Amino acid sequence: MVMAPSVPSFDGRSPDEISFEEICDAVGRVPDPEVPVLTIEDLGVLRNIEQLDGKIVVTLTPTYSGCPAMKYIDDGVRSVLAEAGHTDAIVNTVFSPAWTTEWMSQEGKEKLVAYGIAAPHSVSAAPTGSVMFTRRRPVACPQCGSTDTSVISEFGSTACKALYRCKSCSEPFDYFKEI
Amino acid sequence: MSSALVTYLLRLADDNLILGQRLGALVSRMPDLEEDIAVANVGLDHIGQARHLLAYAAQVEDAGRDEDDLAMLRDERSILSSVLVEQPDVDFAHTMARQLFVDAYQVPLYRALSQSSDQTLAGIAQKALKEADYHLRRSATWVVRLGDGTEESHNRMQAGIVEMWKYVDDLFVTDEVEAELVAAGIAADATALRASFDTTVAEVLAEATLELPDDSYQRTGGRTGFHTEHLGHLLPEMQSLYRAHQGAEW
Repeated sequence: MVMAPSVPSFDGRSPDEISFEEICDAVGRVPDPEVPVLTIEDLGVLRNIEQLDGKIVVTLTPTYSGCPAMKYIDDGVRSVLAEAGHTDAIVNTVFSPAWTTEWMSQEGKEKLVAYGIAAPHSVSAAPTGSVMFTRRRPVACPQCGSTDTSVISEFGSTACKALYRCKSCSEPFDYFKEI
Repeated sequence: MSSALVTYLLRLADDNLILGQRLGALVSRMPDLEEDIAVANVGLDHIGQARHLLAYAAQVEDAGRDEDDLAMLRDERSILSSVLVEQPDVDFAHTMARQLFVDAYQVPLYRALSQSSDQTLAGIAQKALKEADYHLRRSATWVVRLGDGTEESHNRMQAGIVEMWKYVDDLFVTDEVEAELVAAGIAADATALRASFDTTVAEVLAEATLELPDDSYQRTGGRTGFHTEHLGHLLPEMQSLYRAHQGAEW
């Protein structure tokens, strides 16, 4: 059983006793609500944290334009910062450069597979050519490892996933799409 | 310039807003559960794109309206979407024909806007381009599957193509508002997008064994707020709750 990452509390310490590194670590561990084994750092949704004139500035980027998790993530980051005493922190959302699955950490990809979701292929190695007739690269079943799998639907339980089925072990599974 | 930019942003946003509403209304009415999920996700992408464009339009306009006001408090004559996106979902084939045409238009549109001299618009477009690419893959796959399927699915897909084709020219209607922005390197040149659109559509329809009508009536006017009767039915459904509870926090 893979557990969702926990966000550490600061045990009621005063802001002076909490280092910037601890805050970065805590913000990075805010989970993605739709794939709770992944943190926003694993996903690459957390783009930057810095201190400007004593204020902490966090920069986030959405995975998809309509990603309903962004509000939750924004709230999660703000609540961690408030707990660390930084109620004046600024949380920005940027669109450019656009999020890509290339930003997902190797650790994140391993956590995905352990959770039962096939990890995204590399975008840079994607076959080129006409978008609708591009040959699909085989996606390995996260349960049994077989690459004898087929697409059920281009969209799975969330915008970032497609739905596949494994012909070897018959399990349906989500594939985190490369974009 | 700023008033032209607001108009242009609303045109881009409203295509996504109205199509997102159409697709959202189809959830639970698709042929299978997987397509219910897919249509919800595509709709969500369009609504997300609309939100970012409307938020930016509100910021440029600087008139005290926010993205929700722009989406929910404008009347039919102020909605600047193309007449294509408001067309009703007669059957799954009509829905897919409309989606194919929108996707084949939005891919080159967002690709061009990714290079816009307006950095905010370029950022929104770079994000949206990846989504549009993926939408096109799904809609093209369905059009081919239905067109090159059974006699029944072929005939219905052909009927959907013929019906939706009447509203395609409206995607590419351009005027002095856009000319000014194209000259400034902000907007995409709609006439240049048409070639890419035609190539994509021709490629998909050839694979799908479908044909475009030789000569088709074309209804335009959406970009200046002249819509077909269908938008007038869609808007109350979309806006009534917001209008009845203005200022409510959700």
